[in-house]
Amino acid sequence: MAKLFASIKKELLLLGRDFGGLVILFVMPMILLVAVTMVQKGSFDSILGAKMEVLLVDNDKGAISQRIKDGFKESGELTLVTSLDGGVLTEETARAVVHRGDFQLAIVLPENLSRDLQAHVKHNVDEILSAFDFSADSLQTSGVPPEEKEIKLYFDPATQSSFKTAIRMTIDKLVSNIETKTIYATFQNELGDADNAAFSEQKFISFKEVVESAGGMVAMPSAVQHNVPAWALFAIFFIVVPLSINIVKEKSQGTLVRIAMSPTPYGLFLLGKTIAYAIVSLVQFYLMLLVGAYLFPHLGLHPFDVQGNLGILSAIALSSGLAAIGMGILVGTVASTQEQSAPFGATLTVVLAAVGGVWVPVFIMPPIMQKLSAASPMNWGLSAFYDVLLRRGRLADILPEIILLILFFTVTLTIAILYDKKKRTV
Amino acid sequence: MNRTVIHIENLSKRYRDDERWAVANLGLAIEEGEIFGLLGPNGAGKTTLISMLCGLIKPTAGLVSILGLTYRTCGSKIRSAIGVVPQDFAFYPSLTAEENLRYFGSMYGLKGRQLDENVRQGLERLGLDSYGKKRVDTFSGGMKRRVNLLAGVLHKPAVLFLDEPTVGVDLHSKQAIMDYLRNLNKEGTTIVYTSHHLPEAQEFCSRVGIIESGQLWRTGSPDDLIASVHGARNLEDVFLYVTGKGYRDG
Repeated sequence: MAKLFASIKKELLLLGRDFGGLVILFVMPMILLVAVTMVQKGSFDSILGAKMEVLLVDNDKGAISQRIKDGFKESGELTLVTSLDGGVLTEETARAVVHRGDFQLAIVLPENLSRDLQAHVKHNVDEILSAFDFSADSLQTSGVPPEEKEIKLYFDPATQSSFKTAIRMTIDKLVSNIETKTIYATFQNELGDADNAAFSEQKFISFKEVVESAGGMVAMPSAVQHNVPAWALFAIFFIVVPLSINIVKEKSQGTLVRIAMSPTPYGLFLLGKTIAYAIVSLVQFYLMLLVGAYLFPHLGLHPFDVQGNLGILSAIALSSGLAAIGMGILVGTVASTQEQSAPFGATLTVVLAAVGGVWVPVFIMPPIMQKLSAASPMNWGLSAFYDVLLRRGRLADILPEIILLILFFTVTLTIAILYDKKKRTV
Repeated sequence: MNRTVIHIENLSKRYRDDERWAVANLGLAIEEGEIFGLLGPNGAGKTTLISMLCGLIKPTAGLVSILGLTYRTCGSKIRSAIGVVPQDFAFYPSLTAEENLRYFGSMYGLKGRQLDENVRQGLERLGLDSYGKKRVDTFSGGMKRRVNLLAGVLHKPAVLFLDEPTVGVDLHSKQAIMDYLRNLNKEGTTIVYTSHHLPEAQEFCSRVGIIESGQLWRTGSPDDLIASVHGARNLEDVFLYVTGKGYRDG
């Protein structure tokens, strides 16, 4: 036991005197967490929260343009700009300012859109009614149908495709709504019963959003709830870099050979490192939680709430820490120099983070990457955090992920020990 | 007659992917209380032999027993009883001298008051008592060499393996190190010493063996070896007689 305590103390002393290592382990992840969450909040605000200005070239000046103006006003997400510098907005001007990047979007409504829609609907209704021969003597088809109309959307080339799709769908919905109303009104007119509202304009089908959760309480995933556990995991896995460097140094400065010639088993030597770095991983995790809970509100972000699950969250952090330690020991054992271990460890961590869903959620990845993400230990940790924070999972629910993480630690550690043994058998 | 503490019988080592035998059918017995100098040019097999004696690498054939024990059955007991001082510094530069010594002492099973006492005494005897709380990376070469030595002898080993213990140090540090080692030997530690510094070996060792191409040429006291070679005035002459004057870079 005295040997183990001495090993743990030595590791903590070495870490405490490694300024660069401390910055990598504790400071950088916190900066990353704050920066990424602020950036994500900013981008959400620009699309959904803050009023983004959108140009509207209104050549229609009819019911449709009015409906679009009312629709955007009701949603409160976008502000329509219909004139620039006091002058009337034309399609050419709108196109130019969007191209310059001054605006992200310009909507151009064609002339007589509302009138032609009305004519188009009337033509169709007449065609239908004449086919049924309703009072054929009184009905006359409305001649040649009007030409198809086109609403032009000019986007800044830098606009994200998801935003384009959202805008297109919103306008489509507004136009469809008007089209439906026009159809109903035309039928009523043609049937000579305009005063009696035979067709209900009320929506028959509506949407109700329900976020499924086991305990009945709804916990909405937010940038904060994603970022705090995700970046805490990223920080924990960055242990790979200083730990692998530490092992390479032990080899290059001869201390590992000194230990190998002492009566201390190699396993105990590694156990000392494991416990010391497991403590580090928990400290990292708690620091990230503190940043989320107490610093975020001062930065205008939602505070992170552990929802009384600190114990289970700590268990996930600890098992993730063990997985990272196993990987760090393996990288350090296989690498011969710091020049090999540091970039390899860092790149491996970033790749595992990207694949594991730290950067972007797994569900929006291509199918092949979704399958690959299941192989990333960071994905196991993140899933366990989501289970607890969003699905009200208990220890039993996250046990599979915890077992996987500990298994990963065991496998990587075993490979490292076997590799080291084989290397010594010269 | 003293008891044999190191017994080597038909010891051979051939590395993987190497056709040459690094150590070939070597036999040797070192008795308790001896200071045995293992001398030889680069690539002669000294490091391989010491590595096998320390249990770092396994022999291809033959037997090594230390204090009557073999690594196969009593590796941990042997490792507790031996001390190793490598030529290259082997400590943590960012830790203080005391922290380094306390750590390595603990790894040899020292604890509590015994550990405190051995660290204090070691630092004092090697003139480092006022530097115990200073980081080793701030030390001079001679001071580092002394810390390197202390880390290997803190547990007062029965057998000590020394590889070039005074290389690159000033006269004062060299004197302190050699005095300390002589005292250690007087207290009962058997010393196996390798060096290229032959005058030092001639003065320090009670017996020497010259190794060449993995085989032990001859063992004996420095005076006996000098007398055995016609015209030799010192160990350097004997060494050159055995190993020739060509470069040994391989």
